[in-house]
Parts: sequence; C-alpha cells; structure tokens
Amino acid sequence: MSNEQIHAAPAQGASHGSHDHGHAEGGHHHHETFITKYIFSQDHKMIAKQFLVTGMAWAVLGGLMSVLFRIQLAYPDQNFPILETLLGHWAKGGKITAESYYALVTIHGTVMVFFVLTAGLSGTFSNFLIPLQVGARDMASPFMNMLSYWFFFTSAIIMLSSLFVETGPFSGGWTAYPPLSALGSTSPGSKTGMDLWLISMALFVVSQLLGGLNYIATVLNMRTKGMSMTRLPLTIWAFFFTAVLGVLSFPVLLSGFILLIFDRNFGTSFYLSDIFVNGIGALPNEGGSPILYQHLFWFLGHPEVYIIILPGMGIVSEVMSTNSRKPIFGYMAMIGSLFAIAILSFLVWAHHMFVSGLNPFLGSFFVLLTLLIAVPSAIKVFNWLTTLWRGNIRFTPGMLYSIGFVSMFISGGLTGIWLGNSALDIHLHDTYFIIAHFHLVMGVAGIFGMYAGIYHWYPKMFGRYMNNTLAYIHFWVTFAGAYLIFWPMHYEGLAGMPRRYYDYTNWESFKMFEGLNVFISIVAIIVFAVQLLFLFNFFYSMYKGRKVTSQNPWGSTTLEWTTPINPGHGNWPGEIPEVHRWAYDYGKDGKDFIAQTTPVGAGETTNH
Amino acid sequence: MMATVSDQQRKKIHPHKFSLWVAMASILMMFAGFTSAYIVKRNDGNNWLEFTLPPVFWYSTVVILLSSLTISLATKAFKDRNMARYRALVTVTAVLGVVFTILQWTGFEYLQSHGVKLIGSNSNAAGSFLGVITGVHMLHVLGGVVVLMVLFVRAYSSRKKNYSSVPIEVASTYWHFVDAIWIYLFIFFNIVSG
Repeated sequence: MSNEQIHAAPAQGASHGSHDHGHAEGGHHHHETFITKYIFSQDHKMIAKQFLVTGMAWAVLGGLMSVLFRIQLAYPDQNFPILETLLGHWAKGGKITAESYYALVTIHGTVMVFFVLTAGLSGTFSNFLIPLQVGARDMASPFMNMLSYWFFFTSAIIMLSSLFVETGPFSGGWTAYPPLSALGSTSPGSKTGMDLWLISMALFVVSQLLGGLNYIATVLNMRTKGMSMTRLPLTIWAFFFTAVLGVLSFPVLLSGFILLIFDRNFGTSFYLSDIFVNGIGALPNEGGSPILYQHLFWFLGHPEVYIIILPGMGIVSEVMSTNSRKPIFGYMAMIGSLFAIAILSFLVWAHHMFVSGLNPFLGSFFVLLTLLIAVPSAIKVFNWLTTLWRGNIRFTPGMLYSIGFVSMFISGGLTGIWLGNSALDIHLHDTYFIIAHFHLVMGVAGIFGMYAGIYHWYPKMFGRYMNNTLAYIHFWVTFAGAYLIFWPMHYEGLAGMPRRYYDYTNWESFKMFEGLNVFISIVAIIVFAVQLLFLFNFFYSMYKGRKVTSQNPWGSTTLEWTTPINPGHGNWPGEIPEVHRWAYDYGKDGKDFIAQTTPVGAGETTNH
Repeated sequence: MMATVSDQQRKKIHPHKFSLWVAMASILMMFAGFTSAYIVKRNDGNNWLEFTLPPVFWYSTVVILLSSLTISLATKAFKDRNMARYRALVTVTAVLGVVFTILQWTGFEYLQSHGVKLIGSNSNAAGSFLGVITGVHMLHVLGGVVVLMVLFVRAYSSRKKNYSSVPIEVASTYWHFVDAIWIYLFIFFNIVSG
C-alpha cells in the first residue's frame, strides 16, 4: 500500500487565521549557524529530534543489554569466546559474570524506563507536537527547553560513563533499594557505579522538571485563537497530564535520592539499620528504614509508569482516529479517563510494596485503588475499539502500531488485575509473571506508541516518508516477537520462577523451562535485529526517503499539517491560523475531513 | 524572533510567572515528600531522638518575614520607577537572605553542641532529617539571593533600560514562596517534634 497522496488534500493554507495583531514576522529568517541550528538549538522541533535520536541510541544500548543477559539465561552452561573479546572482564571466559549480569539488568531497566520511554518518548513528542498542535511558534521558554535537553544529555553521558568504571555500573536493580544502593561495601556496582547513577538520575530529574514546566505552560498559555481546551487533540491532553505527573512526582524521587546521598556519603541513618557487612562487620547505622526509601521511590515510580504510557495513549488516539477516518469515540470520556488515571496514579504506589512488610489492612486500600484503574483503562480501550468499529481503516505503519498498542495494553492490563490483588501478589511478586506484565503493558505498549508516533509524524519531522515495506516487516516481526517473548514468561512466573536470578539450572523446579528460555532468547535476538532494520529505515529515509509533496499527506484535521512541509523556526510563515472547531471532524457532513482551521459553516452542527 | 511570540499569542498570565507557579508546585512536592518521610520514619518508633529546636530559629523566622516585606517594597519601588530605593531594598532583601542562612547554620551548631549530631556516624535520623530538610530549604533561599544579585546588577546596567516589572515580580513571588515554606517547616518541626 502506498501512502503517497492517500488524500490529495488541497493545501490547508494558513490564510484562515485572522489575528488581533496585524503584523506577522514569525517566518522571517534569523541567522542560524550549524551550532545554533543542530546543537544548541532552541527550536522545539530540533530539540524533539535530539531527544528522539538520543533516546534511540539508548534503546539500542538497552536492547543490546537484554540480548546479553538473555544469552546467559538461555545458555547458562556454555561459553561464547566472542563475548570476552567484546566485553573483556565482564564476560570472563566467554560467559557473562554474575556481577555483570546484575549490572546489565539494572542498567537495562534504568535506561529503558527513564532514558528511552520517558525522555525519548514524551521528550520527543511533547516537544514536537505541543507547539505545532496548539498553534504556537515555540515553547513558553525555548531556552529552558534547550536546557532540558542538555541536562538529559549530560545525565545520559554520566550514565554511559558508569559502564566503563573499574567496579562496573550499579547492579542493585533499577529501583536502587538500600542497603545495596546506600553502602559501597555491599557490591562492586554499589561503589563508583552507584555514585554516577545517582548523579545521572538527579540531572535527569532536573531535565524532566524543566521540560514538564514548559509543556504545561505552553499548553495552558500559548494556544492559538479559538483553541479552547476541549478543541485540543488528545495527544496534547495526554502530554499535558504526563507533564503534570512528572512535575509533581519527580521532586519526591529527588527527596528520596537526597536522603540516599546522605546515607551513602555522610553517615546518616535514614534507610539503614542493623547491618552487618561481610568482611567489615556491624555498621553503626541504627534506626533507619529501607521501607521509607521504597515509599519515596514508588511515589514517583508509579506515576512514572503512567508518564510512560500516557503519551502513547495520546498518540494512538490521534493516529487511530486519523486513519479510521472517524472522530475519536468519546472525546470527553478520553480526557476524563486520562484525568482519572493521573489522579489514581498518585494513590496506588504501595501496591509495589505488598510484601515489604506493609500493614495488610493498609494494603487492602491500595488493592481497591489499584483495581479502580481498570475502569478508566477499560474506558480508553473500548473507545479505541469503537473508534475502529466500521471505520474506513488505512493500515499505515503508524496505524498498525496503534492497533498493536491497544493489543499489548489489553494483554498486559489484564494481568495487572491479577497483580493488583495483595493476596495473589504473595505468590506472583518478583517472578517472571510481573516481568511479563509490565513489559507488555508499559514497555512494549510504550514503545509501540513511540513507533506509531514516529511513523505517523515522520513526514512532518523530515519532509520525507519512511519505507513502507521495511516498516511492515518491522511491525509484524516486532508484534509477533513481543508476544512470543513475554507470553511464555507468564507460565514461568506462575510456576514461581523468580526474576533477576543469574542461573536457574540449580533448581529442580525450573529445569523444565530450559527449552522455553532458549526459545525466548532466540526470539529476543531476532526482535532486536529487526529494530536495527527500523534504525536503518529511519536514517536512510532521512536522506533518501520519498519526498512529501503535499502539505497534509494523511488528511488530518490538526494544525501541524497547516505548516509548510519543512517548517522553519516559528512554524508558520505568516500568521498563526485560527481554530474554529475540535480536532476530530472526520467523515462529517459528507466531507472526508474538515481541518480545524475551517470556519463553521452556516447551519453546521458542531461538537465543540 | 522570540519577541514576536509574545505579540501573537493570547495569554492570561505571563508565561514566566506561570512557569514559576508550576515550579513552586514542584518544589512544594519535594518538601511534602521530605516531611511525609519524616512522619513515616518518626511513627515507626524505631530509635527516634526527641530534642528541642534551636531557639535561633525564631530569629531566622523574623528575618525571613522581614525580607518578604522588603522585597514587596522593592517591587513597589520598581513600579514607581524609584530606582535608588529599589536597588537599596533589593540589597537589603539579599542581605537578609544571607543572614537567614547564617542563622540557620548557627542553629545547626547549637544542635551539635547540645548532643544532636546531624550527620556522621551515630547520628540519629531525627537530627539528620532536620539538617537535610532545613539545608535544602537554605539552598532554595540562596538560589533566591543569586536571582536578586542578578536583578541588582541589571538595575545598574546603563546600556539596557528595562521597564518590565516581570523579573522582580517573579523573584518576589519566589521569595514569598520560600518564606512560606520555612513557616510551614518551622510549624511542622514545632508540632511534630515539640
């Protein structure tokens, strides 16, 4: 299927807009050097691309790490001399060492959650789409926006450098629970690696706060004329709630980190009590509580998973409606459910701590609140399905990834209802069941949302199309592969197979999974290889892809498609267009779509 | 080029002021996190040291309240274009900010000399909490002092006349905010540890 000119849409010019202020100089050219254009850029579109490319680099590294530890899990008793050549003492004798295995799972988790699915996802699309879709020339503060990227970049470099220190990167799990994270004497990774991890994460929090502040300010204050909040595309609503979650939850994580830094470096006892370290003896720290760290961590940690998934939800709603040629079903319900999820995300953190010694009566409240999240989630899923229902569906790669997103979200979401029960959690916590759950519902779904966004907005980002054939191969292999990797893990988890173990061959009860583990690892390697195909497609198409020839190739209603094919800094050469209707007038009054900039005709009924 | 942005967008509130409010919500969450952690830790009843707050905190409270008054007057002076008075009041406010942090520091020393170790081995979480929370607050006050110094230098710059009162208003709101945070913390410590 060709996506060239699906809609021979007439250029939706910016001429509809009429503004209070007559003069328009947004398009005039100011001098841009290579450095101000590509490196220290203050253009939100360039910053978005910077976030995207940095996120992609980390996705490759994080994915490669998973390949490495999957090799260990599949072939615990074999040696691969090539690994020693590549990794040196991390893989002595061609076998990943236990210490480096733990470092790999830790850093895989950290970079995938924070660098790829937080910075790479909302950093890219909030930056790219917010000004374009609300009708603004740039962010509220382009300078702070630039700072946000450079804090992220610095944080990423510091995390990267931790891979090369002698004692290795942090290896105590991405959640960095004390005492492993607080005491350098407990493991090699807890030494310099943990210091670098903490510095990196502190800078990352600053980056997220600077970014989130800007997104909120831009959405609330910089909308063009006529763009009321209920005319916003759902992408913007999703980015808005994401930013609110980040701004309110990351500082709490920072408080937790500050206390951790004091425990690490200044001998305090916030998290430490009654500890005896082999070779050192009893520590003087008395009276601290490691549970306290878990409260502070998960107060961010839970909103964080919604920080990851909400942008995907927004992107999917927009891509799905556009490619079904139908209005999104239940627009207000979509906003309401986003809001409900945002609120509930702050009230469920203790479901990560059911077996930490939490008061069981307290646990039952968290069970109730956790299960309540099923309601807004189900509203969203049904709204997506009803948007597809009897739609005139165009299976573009972006659309396929959106449908894949919904599939993954359902599959992973259903097991969330299991895990939300504190009684079932006694059996399932810290097993492969939870790995399967969160990878499907948050990891794979999040990355599917990201792919949907990249394929859909690639023409706007680079003025060219990505190759469709490669995109379809990429989608189907990734989609099937994701299920083949994570579905079997449910069985392993139900059988009680714990996560984060280095070698399962010593346990009689898990020996039956030997073949299954090999299978999962082989699929993981294939899926990783297909992601490299995507990368090739991405960078190749940037220079050699088919050029976009019409302003609005997908026949979309939203404002970003009223800009020139390659918009400059300032987005619209003339005035910013005025908005007259909501973002989802597809298949209305016998027209395929009506752009937001089209004034409401005489006698026309309006939705918003 | 960015100047055209402000001409062309409708907005009810200046973006910088709005951003500040969001940032303040964020900072507030950090202190909410700290004080919640304090309560959680205190209530588990495990090795918690009770002690009285240093009396010097009363003086620092008076100082920071005074500084809120002076920065309000500075904003007013700026709007009246009474620049000499403005510069004087900004200086006084910044000095009061520094005095505040010095007083807090002497509070720490008072605690140390009365057997409450804030950090180091054998310190108690109760004292450490007070030290960390108050210390992070001091950093926020010092951040405000830096902002005031920038404004002060700007007021002397003869090359660029600036008639926008937004920077001083933003600084002033922030200053009142860190003031309010201290009042909150002071009441919190008095009630919870008193």
